[in-house]
Amino acid sequence: MSVSGSVIPSPGTGAKLSAEHISMAFSRDGNTTNVLRDVNLEVGHGEFVCILGPSGCGKSTLLNTMAGFLSPSSGAIKIDGEVVRGPDPRRIFVFQERGVFPWLTVEGNIGFGLFKLSRSERDQRIAHYVKLVGLEGFEKSYPSELSGGMKQRLEVARALAVNPDMLFLDEPFGALDSITRLTMRRELLRIWEAERNTIIFVTHDIDEAVQLADRVAVMSDRPATIQQIVTIDIPHPRDIGSFRYLDLRHGIFDQLGLAHKV
Amino acid sequence: MNPLVRLRPIAFIAVLLVGWQVAVSLSAVHILPGPSEVVGGIVDLVRHGLLLKYMVASLFRVTWGFVLAAVLAIPIGLTVGWYRRAEMAFNPLVQIFRPISPLAWIPIAILWFGVGDLASIFLIFLGCFFPLVLTAMNAVQSVPAVYVNAARNFGLSPAAVIYRVVYPSVVPQLLVGLRITLGVAWLVVVAAEMIAVNSGLGFLIVDARNAGNRYDLVVAGMVIIGLIGLVLDLGMRSLEKVKSFRWSYSED
Repeated sequence: MSVSGSVIPSPGTGAKLSAEHISMAFSRDGNTTNVLRDVNLEVGHGEFVCILGPSGCGKSTLLNTMAGFLSPSSGAIKIDGEVVRGPDPRRIFVFQERGVFPWLTVEGNIGFGLFKLSRSERDQRIAHYVKLVGLEGFEKSYPSELSGGMKQRLEVARALAVNPDMLFLDEPFGALDSITRLTMRRELLRIWEAERNTIIFVTHDIDEAVQLADRVAVMSDRPATIQQIVTIDIPHPRDIGSFRYLDLRHGIFDQLGLAHKV
Repeated sequence: MNPLVRLRPIAFIAVLLVGWQVAVSLSAVHILPGPSEVVGGIVDLVRHGLLLKYMVASLFRVTWGFVLAAVLAIPIGLTVGWYRRAEMAFNPLVQIFRPISPLAWIPIAILWFGVGDLASIFLIFLGCFFPLVLTAMNAVQSVPAVYVNAARNFGLSPAAVIYRVVYPSVVPQLLVGLRITLGVAWLVVVAAEMIAVNSGLGFLIVDARNAGNRYDLVVAGMVIIGLIGLVLDLGMRSLEKVKSFRWSYSED
């Protein structure tokens, strides 16, 4: 990492990630679709931020831009003060569980990004993360032999194994049943409390956002912009029956409801 | 599987063989040798040391033609499929050559390589090459973007992306393509041997007909070709059972 970034802080300092005036337009068959319009967001070190919005509003596009898979039409994503120009192993994108490599075992998947380490270091790292996500006994199993929740944990483990300082999660639990989803949220919080990576988590599930995040960025319909940032000031573990929880949840419902009523 | 269920295809073939034998012995005209004559023919071939020699000759040509085609076609197909521009340039050419039967190349094969092994290997090569290029092209285009993105995210070089992600994710489709193409190679070898050479199972069939209407040997040749085809297919199928290859079939 370059030293100059920390010595001469750029505008928007202190933030781990800052999205500055991000706009995104796609052209297809001569039609231009504006997906994102002037999105501004700052995410602090070790913060857990959920990006919440209706389906198809462009939140995945925003996440892909942050991860460097897409370049914005205008504006810039800065991480540690440097403009993001492409994907980087210091920040890993977690897809839904379909992102695990089906031709590799659990061990092979977790070790996938560890090709620069020595064999013994790699084995150690793999064993650590197998344990962290509770896949002991399945080291030699292939993804086709795992349940959806296990595959999702495997993908999280593969991401964490390279010691990233950021994780981008794109509706990671969307394909899971509701009980597994709850367990996975608890697991993710436990892991986050242990590792303290900065997490940006995209979801369309209001409860999920309020249960997980330090702050929730609520997005509008297309062309999407951030219409409100809600700070969830409830300590973990959160009582999802508490008045404050319901109050915050209700506030976000209102936000999205208004967006739909126009 | 239940052993009785396993025996079913064998029992079915046995019934057909008996039916064949009965039909031949009841028939007044001799239009097809019966199974007993065919077995006699096979025994004859073994006694003259020809069966093994011809099988080896045919397998030799198939192996060379098929392996050469695979070694060239798969890397070409993968590369062409991976780069859009290469595909735009290359695809029409493949589509023009593909429908031309390898048999149409026989005169040119003889002109280039003379009458012999090389000509028939060349014909088998042609029969395998274009289908394999297409298989590899299609396979590489169907690699899910999430795999490639994940690989890039972990900082793999472009070469490593191809070697560690693209290649393993196309293996299942390639295996199916190779299996089908091996069948094609085996089809072409017979035709190629009918013209260009003086050994092999295809040669046996033409030779038995020309040198004294030995139809028992003609059918014996056909039976041997069928059996070898079956064994080759079983061999290719067993490759598909390898776990790290098989993933696409067992995926929910």
